Amino acid sequence: MPTPVTQEQRNIQKTGKNDPIPVQVLLILLTFAFFASFVFMPLALVFSQALGKGWQLYIDSIREPFAIAALKLTLLTAAIVVPLNAVFGVAAAWAVSKFSFRGKTLLVSLLDLPFAVSPVIAGLIFVLLLGSRTPFGSWLGEHGIRIIFSTPGIVIATLFVTFPFVARELIPLMESQGREEEEAAVTLGAKGWQMFRIVTLPNIRWGLLYGMILCMARSIGEFGAVSVVSGHIRGMTNTVPLHVEILYSEYNYTASFAVASILVFLAIFTIVAKALLEHQIQQRQPAQADLT
Amino acid sequence: MSIDIRNITKRFPGYTALAGISLKVGTGELVALLGPSGCGKTTLLRIIAGLETADAGSIILEDRDTTNLPAREKKVGFVFQHYALFRRLNVFENVAFGLNVLPRSSRPRKKEIRERVLHLLGLVQMEWSIDRYPSQLSGGQRQRVALARALAVNPKVLLLDEPFSALDAKVRLELRRWLRKLHDEIHVTSIFVTHDQEEALELADRIVVINKGRIEQQGTPQEVYDHPANTFVYNFLGNVNVFHGRIRDGKVMVGGHHIEAQEKLNGHEEKTGQAFIRPHEIGVSRIRSSDNDMPGIIRDIRLMGSQIGLELESAGFEHPIEVEIPRETWSNLGLDRGDEVFITLDKVKVFTGDYEI
Repeated sequence: MPTPVTQEQRNIQKTGKNDPIPVQVLLILLTFAFFASFVFMPLALVFSQALGKGWQLYIDSIREPFAIAALKLTLLTAAIVVPLNAVFGVAAAWAVSKFSFRGKTLLVSLLDLPFAVSPVIAGLIFVLLLGSRTPFGSWLGEHGIRIIFSTPGIVIATLFVTFPFVARELIPLMESQGREEEEAAVTLGAKGWQMFRIVTLPNIRWGLLYGMILCMARSIGEFGAVSVVSGHIRGMTNTVPLHVEILYSEYNYTASFAVASILVFLAIFTIVAKALLEHQIQQRQPAQADLT
Repeated sequence: MSIDIRNITKRFPGYTALAGISLKVGTGELVALLGPSGCGKTTLLRIIAGLETADAGSIILEDRDTTNLPAREKKVGFVFQHYALFRRLNVFENVAFGLNVLPRSSRPRKKEIRERVLHLLGLVQMEWSIDRYPSQLSGGQRQRVALARALAVNPKVLLLDEPFSALDAKVRLELRRWLRKLHDEIHVTSIFVTHDQEEALELADRIVVINKGRIEQQGTPQEVYDHPANTFVYNFLGNVNVFHGRIRDGKVMVGGHHIEAQEKLNGHEEKTGQAFIRPHEIGVSRIRSSDNDMPGIIRDIRLMGSQIGLELESAGFEHPIEVEIPRETWSNLGLDRGDEVFITLDKVKVFTGDYEI
């Protein structure tokens, strides 16, 4: 039987009787002060700047064709990158956690590479690899395929930068779950796909969703890598973060902050989704059996 | 469905798990693979199930070579040490899993699946739990559901990997008896792996003792317990007193005493050897009844349920001698700490040759 945690127990856990009151107050105040100065104030500034010259200009800046094109490109990129990285992430996590093979440790370390490498360098790698002056890039060019300074380049760079989120989320989860359930499914006659769909996927779905949300947040906000491969062609290869930067460097502050506020909204949306999901995960954690 | 295991070999980096094991299991038999942890018994079970591949050798299930079949085509039921129930599926869905994944053409109708699942849950006395999730069940209940799940697909062979070792002592005992009863009802050819000699002795039709990837001995529980083939089996199955000594002219000399061994000891030349005797095979009395009897002093008395354990000190013996006598004998003799008694070691079994000291 699950043992529900009573409100009283929760209160006891939260009071933290061991710390003296002044310490508690100080820590809470510090947290708030930090939050206010480094998170809330800048965000408020974005909106005050964006709305500084009235609602009309704000709405015009957002509805401007280049801004809309940038938003479309950003959402398109996220829509391609998130599902692809979900598939890659599950595959990588599966390989690492359910099989043993040579070079596994190396693979796990390499998974973190996109986090370790500066995004600008990540972008440069792809320019050097696929740019029109490289053999492969020129061959592609001859066949009418353009990657760098075009949407595919942006997608590839974003894929690279956001690859680790799903895999990182799933590897510890799948390792802790072991492979016995999969083995049981196989001995019961399940085919690979049936095993994945009925057994594995339900076991990892919350972790997978969580990783995908993080992946989406990053792919929407990615600047460095995309900046290198995009070429900044307005209405063509400009994503929202790039568009904000261009407007800003043209001293068009109001429009810049107005577009930036879109990113803020997307970020808030992501955070809310993440919080809801965390709440779900807590609710669904397997009840502790007290009969064992 | 008989199982014929032929010369199975399996090496892992650094050690050999199975060094050419051959074993036959008859239809409807319940066989225990018994051995210390790391002896290769679980690896053998996983190879039969297709969860592991052998380096050499073959597995024949009822005249069909299944060595290279993938696990899902072997039609073998497998019960895991830690149950391995699907945590996101409820008990009903767990048991129905093997039927639901059948190809549409051979899948029973929904109603039949339901009937079969309920029948199996009745068999394992868990029909009340169909809507529960595994986390809401105790260990013993989970293992019973796991068994029902394995039986749902009508496996030709049932393999159980230390099925009771994760349970506490009382539940383990209960489930062990219950499994024996169940096996007598459904008669599916079964192999179970255990490191618990008591479990093997109580449950199995036949015990296969494995050590370091080799079979040391196989036989009925009675044979294996009463006539261990070698020192390993003797040591592994139950408590035993071991004496090191010399053998000459059919007698064992231990600590200055001559013990007349039951069996004939060939040859007249002097050899070193080991003599084994189980604590309950030693006779205890207050008076010396034959020349073979040896004196000893009771140093410790332990209550062991129906038996009484005595620890005796005897001149010439390095280690104390462990003796077990029935409670009744103990109270009749009125034994106490420090008393002198005489013990009979007639039933001693002697091993020579390879086991030189």
